[in-house]
Amino acid sequence: MKRTRIPQLAMTAGLAALALLFGSLHCPAQYIVSGPGSALSIPQSQLIQPEALNHVLQTKGTEKPLLLQVGSHLLFDEAHIPGSVYAGAGSQPTGLQQLQSTVATLSKKKAIVLYCGCCPWNRCPNLGPAFKQLHDMGFTNVNVLYLADNLGTDWVAKGYPVERSH
Amino acid sequence: MNGATSLGIAGKTARGPWVIQMPFFALRRFALTFLFLAVCSMASEAQSAFAATTLVHKKAPEFVRTDLDHKRLDLNAYRGKVVLLNFWATWCAPCQVEMPVFVAWQRRYGSRGLQIVGISMDDDPALVREASDKLKLNYPVAMGDVKLGDLYGGVLGLPMTFLIDRHGKIQAKCQGETDLGKMEIRLQSLLSSR
Repeated sequence: MKRTRIPQLAMTAGLAALALLFGSLHCPAQYIVSGPGSALSIPQSQLIQPEALNHVLQTKGTEKPLLLQVGSHLLFDEAHIPGSVYAGAGSQPTGLQQLQSTVATLSKKKAIVLYCGCCPWNRCPNLGPAFKQLHDMGFTNVNVLYLADNLGTDWVAKGYPVERSH
Repeated sequence: MNGATSLGIAGKTARGPWVIQMPFFALRRFALTFLFLAVCSMASEAQSAFAATTLVHKKAPEFVRTDLDHKRLDLNAYRGKVVLLNFWATWCAPCQVEMPVFVAWQRRYGSRGLQIVGISMDDDPALVREASDKLKLNYPVAMGDVKLGDLYGGVLGLPMTFLIDRHGKIQAKCQGETDLGKMEIRLQSLLSSR
């Protein structure tokens, strides 16, 4: 008969404690995309929460903002907010050119909401440059949809409307 | 005495103070069971209402694509191995942090049966090839598409990683930034299981 003494019990307890830490694989904030092009550079006053945007979109009779998705085209094809337009990935020069041409003929007072949702807010490489681009072009009514984690978690999973590209 | 499968504790079945009756393999089984339950616990956390959440503990959707080296990439061909299926993109900052670690894991655990598979959700394959070369990826990478995203419940945020056991069953879904230390422990656990 083999016997396992306290150290082995402690090892088991240690493993169990480690296992309890598995509650979620989401990890602490690290690898923040910082700098002028970061989503963190967008003023808090220009952020709009998902619930608020959905309310605006669902309220009849109100003028709807132009919704521009500035992330991945593939993710846009998978799911996007109804009525939104794909305007190019803000992290890439070609994307910013596409954004520029998308808004070229619009009034500088046009209400615009940018969104991406490709990855966690602090890591999004697209929104900061896109917001800066519109700001530099003179647009004065630009807001950015705050999606903390991504479009799936913070929009789709909450039951807000989405549509797919055909 | 049937001590081989018993799990005694001090004061009940032990023959002396602070002694327990627990063969090593029973101890190992207990630990692995606990780890498995912890995995289940994580999986049940409703991080999102995606269908992908319901994929956990189910058979991984099969797919066949052509990888960046123009080779056939068939998920089913990796049955018997532990597969780390990673959806990523070149513009995804957390992905760029994870991938060098995945390269190291492929090197370290490949002989034990780990196979990492990358699916890029980029729009431009040229950027993916460039990144693949720069990161010296030592595992196959294929371009993703809407159909593949749908198969995995909607890949609407990156990175997204699925851990698939040797039987082709998804054991965990990791979305967003992930604690790589914890993920490695899970991998080790899956690699230890047959």
